[in-house]
Amino acid sequence: MVTEIKKKEEYIDRSPLHGLWTLTNRELKKWYKSAVILLLSIIQPIFWIALFGKAMNLQALFSGTTLSIPGLNIPKNIIDKIGQEILKQTFGTTDYFSYLAAGMLSFITLFTSMQSGMSMVWDRRLGVLDRLLTTPVSRSNIIISKVLSSVIRSLVQATIVLIVAVLLGMSFYPGINIFDFLGAYAALFLMSFGLSSLFLMVAIRASSWQSQMAVMNLLNLPLLFTSNAFYPVNSMPSWLKPIAEINPLTYSNAIIRGMLLGIQTNLTIDFIYLTVFATFLSIVGIILSWKYISS
Amino acid sequence: MSEAIKAINLTKAFGKFVAVDHINFEVKEGEIFGFLGPNGAGKSTTIKMLTTVLKPTEGTAIVNGYDIIKEPAKVRNSIGVVPQEFTADEDLTGWENMMLMAGLYGIKKDVAKERAKELLDMVELTQAMNRKVQTYSGGMRRRLEIAMSLISRPKILFLDEPTIGLDAQTRSAIWNYIMKLKKEYGMTIFVTTHYLEEADLYADRIAIIDHGKILAIGSPKELKESVGGDVITLNTSNDDETMKLLQNLDGIIDIRKVDNMLRIKVKDGEEMAPKILEKLIKSGVKVLKMSITEPTMDEVYMEYTGRKMRDEEADSKEVFALRRTLRRTRG
Ligand SMILES: Nc1ncnc2c1ncn2[C@@H]1O[C@H](COP(=O)(O)OP(=O)(O)OP(=O)(O)O)[C@@H](O)[C@H]1O
Ligand SMILES: [Mg+2]
Repeated sequence: MVTEIKKKEEYIDRSPLHGLWTLTNRELKKWYKSAVILLLSIIQPIFWIALFGKAMNLQALFSGTTLSIPGLNIPKNIIDKIGQEILKQTFGTTDYFSYLAAGMLSFITLFTSMQSGMSMVWDRRLGVLDRLLTTPVSRSNIIISKVLSSVIRSLVQATIVLIVAVLLGMSFYPGINIFDFLGAYAALFLMSFGLSSLFLMVAIRASSWQSQMAVMNLLNLPLLFTSNAFYPVNSMPSWLKPIAEINPLTYSNAIIRGMLLGIQTNLTIDFIYLTVFATFLSIVGIILSWKYISS
Repeated sequence: MSEAIKAINLTKAFGKFVAVDHINFEVKEGEIFGFLGPNGAGKSTTIKMLTTVLKPTEGTAIVNGYDIIKEPAKVRNSIGVVPQEFTADEDLTGWENMMLMAGLYGIKKDVAKERAKELLDMVELTQAMNRKVQTYSGGMRRRLEIAMSLISRPKILFLDEPTIGLDAQTRSAIWNYIMKLKKEYGMTIFVTTHYLEEADLYADRIAIIDHGKILAIGSPKELKESVGGDVITLNTSNDDETMKLLQNLDGIIDIRKVDNMLRIKVKDGEEMAPKILEKLIKSGVKVLKMSITEPTMDEVYMEYTGRKMRDEEADSKEVFALRRTLRRTRG
C-alpha cells in the first residue's frame, strides 16, 4: 500500500491542464478519421470560389469582351484601363478571384466554428458527458477542449481552402512574407475562438442537434451576405452598411485581404475590433457553459 | 475510519419533485452495498450526487473521507463510476477508450498501457480491443465500461445497474468480476439493481429505496429476519370473504391482497395452515391453492414497498431501456 502511494506521485499528472489535450485530441481524432465529414465541410466554400469566383471574373468582363460604344471611338486599351480602375476603386484589386478566395477563408472558419457545439450535444445525449463529469478533469478543461478542437479544425479547414484557392489561381501581393500569413491566421484564430465559444454555449443548452443545426443554418448565410465576403462595404446599400460594420466576418476579411492581397485597410482598428469581439464572446460563452455543466 | 460512504440527509429535488428525500446511510469499507429499488426510485440520482455529477439540494455525503460538496475534485480522484447508460465513445475502439480514460485521470502512458492490458484481459475483451465500440454487444459494452472505470484503481466503485438487460450468463459473469474486485483489491462497491436475487446473492448489505426514501437497511439475512415468521399464500373462491374470516384469527400478523393472491403473514406457517384451512372449509370457502414459504427477498421487498417486484415486467422494461440506449447511441 505504501509503495503504491509513493509511486502514485510519479505516474499521475495533476496539473490544472491535465486532460485538456486528451479531450481535444479525442475530438480531432474522430474528425480526421472521417474524411467524408472533412470533405463535405470544405465543399461549400470551394464551390463558391471555383464557380462564383471564376464565373464572376470581373476583369474578364472588361478585357475579354469587344466592348465598343456606338458614336464613340474609344481604343480597347483605354476601356481595359477604365475597367481595371473601376475594379481597383471598388475592390482594391483587379483580381476578383483572389478577393473572393480570401473572403472564403473567413467563411469556412465561421462555418466550422459554428459546429463546435455539435459534439457536446452528442456527448450529453449519449452519456459521455456524465462519465467525463465523474473524472478528475476540471469542468473548464472539458469546455475549453471543445473550443480548442473547434479552433484547430477551423484553421486546418481554412488552410485546405487556401491551398485549393492557390491551385485555382489565387495570387498574393508581391512582397508577401511570413508575418502576413501569421497576421491572417491570427484574425482567423480570433474569430474562431469567439464563435466556437458562443456556439458551444448554445449547444450546451440546446437539447437536440436539430435545434443546434437550425440555429447554424439561420445565421450562416445571413452572416456571409451581410459581410464584405463578396463585395466591399462601400458598394453596399446604406441600410446594409451598419450591419456589415458590426459583422466580425467583415473585419477578418479585411485583415486577410490586407495581409495576403495588400488591399488597403486600417489593420489596427480591424484587429482591435476582432480582439474585443473574440474576448467578449469567449468569456461569455465559456463562463456560461462552465456554469451550466457545473450545476 | 471504516466508513467509505456516509450520506447525511442527502436530498435532491427537481423543481417541486423530490427524487431523493433526506436519506441517511453508511457504507463500510470493503463491502458490497446494494441499492435496491424499482424504476424511478431515485437510485441513479443518488449515485449522481455521490459521484459529484449532481449537486444535492440539501444535505451532503462523505465519500472516501471527502465532502462531495466541499471537495468534489478529491472525491472524483478516488472513485470509479459505471453509469447506467453506456458512456464509451462509440467512434473509438475499446483500447482507445481505455487510454482516453487514463488521460482523464492523468495517468502516464506507460502505466496506463500496462493497466489497460490487464483490465481488458480481466473482462475478456482483449480480442475485441481494436474494434470500434459500435460493433460491441450489450454485454461487451458493459464489460468495457467496468474496465474503463477501473483504470485509476479507485477505492470505491459505483455501478448503476451493471446487469440491466443482460442475459443470465453475462449477469453472473459481471458479478464474478465485481466479487473479484472486492476480494483482490478490497474495493468498496456501491451497486444499484432492481434484481432481487442479485442483491440477495451478492450484496453484503442492502438498502431498499422507493419514492426517494430508504425503507430498510441491513444484510440480506437481517432483512429476511426482520420480516419475521412465514408467509402463507392463498388462492380461494372468495378472497374478500376469506379476508374477513381470517382477520381476527390468532397467530396471524398481517393479511393483504397482492396480485390476486392473499398474502398472510404468520408466526409459524406449519401450525397456522391447518387452522386456516379448517376455518375456511367450515365457512364454505373453497381453497384453490395454498403454499407456505419462508421469507425471501421478494417477501422483504413486498413488506417494505407494499408491492411485488415482477421480474418479467422488469425484464421487458429493461430490454426496452437497453434497446433505447442502443438505438440512441447508434443514432
Ligand atoms: N434531470 C431531471 N429532471 C427532472 N426529474 C428527474 C431528473 N432526473 C431524474 N428525475 C426523476 O427523478 C426520479 C428518480 O430518478 P432516478 O433516475 O434516480 O431513478 P432510478 O431509481 O435510477 O430508476 P431506474 O431504475 O429507472 O434507473 C424519477 O421520477 C425521474 O423522473
Ligand atoms: Mg437509474
